[in-house]
Amino acid sequence: MYSEKVMDHFTNPRNVGELANADAVGETGSFKCGDTMKLYLKVKDERIEDIRFQTFGCGAAIASSSMLTEMVKGKTIDEAARVTNQDVADELGGLPPMKLHCSNLAADALQNAIADYKSKQRSV
Amino acid sequence: MESRLVYMDHGATTPVRKEVFDYMAPFLQERYGNPSSLHTPGREVRQAVEEAREKTADALGANSDELYITAGGTESNNIALRGVAKKRGKPGHIITSSIEHHAVLDVCKDLEKEGHRVTYLPVDRYGRVDPAAVQDALEEDTFIISIMAANNEIGTLQPVREIGALARGKGVYFHTDAVQVVGQLPVDVNELNVDLLSLSAHKLNGPKGVGALYMRKGVKIDPLYRGGSQERKLRPGTENVPGIIGQGKAIELAVSEIPEKKKRLEHLRDRLIKGLINIGEVSLNGHPEERLPGNVNISFKYIEGESVLLSLDMEGIAASSGSACSSGSLEPSHVLSAIGLDHSTAHGSVRFSLGYGNNEEDIDYVLEKTPPIVERLRSMSPTYRSR
Repeated sequence: MYSEKVMDHFTNPRNVGELANADAVGETGSFKCGDTMKLYLKVKDERIEDIRFQTFGCGAAIASSSMLTEMVKGKTIDEAARVTNQDVADELGGLPPMKLHCSNLAADALQNAIADYKSKQRSV
Repeated sequence: MESRLVYMDHGATTPVRKEVFDYMAPFLQERYGNPSSLHTPGREVRQAVEEAREKTADALGANSDELYITAGGTESNNIALRGVAKKRGKPGHIITSSIEHHAVLDVCKDLEKEGHRVTYLPVDRYGRVDPAAVQDALEEDTFIISIMAANNEIGTLQPVREIGALARGKGVYFHTDAVQVVGQLPVDVNELNVDLLSLSAHKLNGPKGVGALYMRKGVKIDPLYRGGSQERKLRPGTENVPGIIGQGKAIELAVSEIPEKKKRLEHLRDRLIKGLINIGEVSLNGHPEERLPGNVNISFKYIEGESVLLSLDMEGIAASSGSACSSGSLEPSHVLSAIGLDHSTAHGSVRFSLGYGNNEEDIDYVLEKTPPIVERLRSMSPTYRSR
């Protein structure tokens, strides 16, 4: 049911864990299935220098989280902000229809992390 | 790299045993007659079909003329509930439980649309229906009670005998979906006061696509299909002869082995439960004692069932889950919700269902492979870290 790429990211997820000195944190939960995700960003000169995630969810949720971190690492905040859940699903070689919402989890966590970053910038 | 398969999803289906396959195989080729035909090839097959019916009936303590062959558990449940409602011909009241299989629940929902009223009884935290609640739910026009003999997900056994006695006293039909129980535990329709009972061959090492409905003599029912006079017109259509023959053999074998198998599976089940609970922050779903001999249903805290299944599958272990992510509907199983599990505990549920062929080495293997899987997934989980 899952593509090889999904299974690869599920089995060997990239950038798992926490960042102690994160500049921004984004959390989200899927109202659909109950999965949750937490994303940590380290930002330098408006660029995502480091990224980590933690996910409580199914294979597609874990793979989407991992794929997203790979896609946005090294991107500027503005570039990253344009990554959609469809981009994540496409990069994974597609997700089963019932699992498309799992890529939302990753995209939403990123948007929340970026919002957190921006609000912190304003308050500095 | 060792490649081994440890199949622990016998609640979903079971392999056909060799003795069963050998017994039914001739009916796929040389013994092809239609049992309704008058000629010798037909009459010989008719005799074999009736012998299989007798074996199936014997296994339930029933008479063979009370045993109707169907296409499986789902069809048996449909014929029983819809057929009795159809014969009644006017709206009435039905009692069932909130943890029935969809082959009962969704039929009841349909019957509601047709004007019947249905009480879906709640269950306690172990998944048990209280017979007193059945008593309280009875109404003037209650015409059938349908309570499963054991739950397919959490394995909890229901007080069928008590509910049967109550129904008998009130003159209300009692149907039980016994798909998970026949061949696992002794079933006697008279002892259990059952009027209608559904069973399925592929759950007891028989072939798929065949089952049976036991119906006590005198039960008034209308058929759902029209056609020939097979199965005394209750289920017309040319018989699935190889299936029927296989079902007869499978049920005969399964029932004769119950005492030995029950002991063996209960021992393996309890070893597996104990070993999994030892991982820590793991809880058992369903009743600790009143449960199917082969059923293990547990929740791993902080992780999700489907990701556990995928990981187990990579190690050659086949199990199942009632989590929202593995359901196809994005809802946690109605059974886990009914026993009061919170969303995240239901999310981490995994069912291992043991059967014929599982042994001590399988338990060793699962207990060796599972802890690192749980550890890995927990290490990724935000809820685990932030406790």
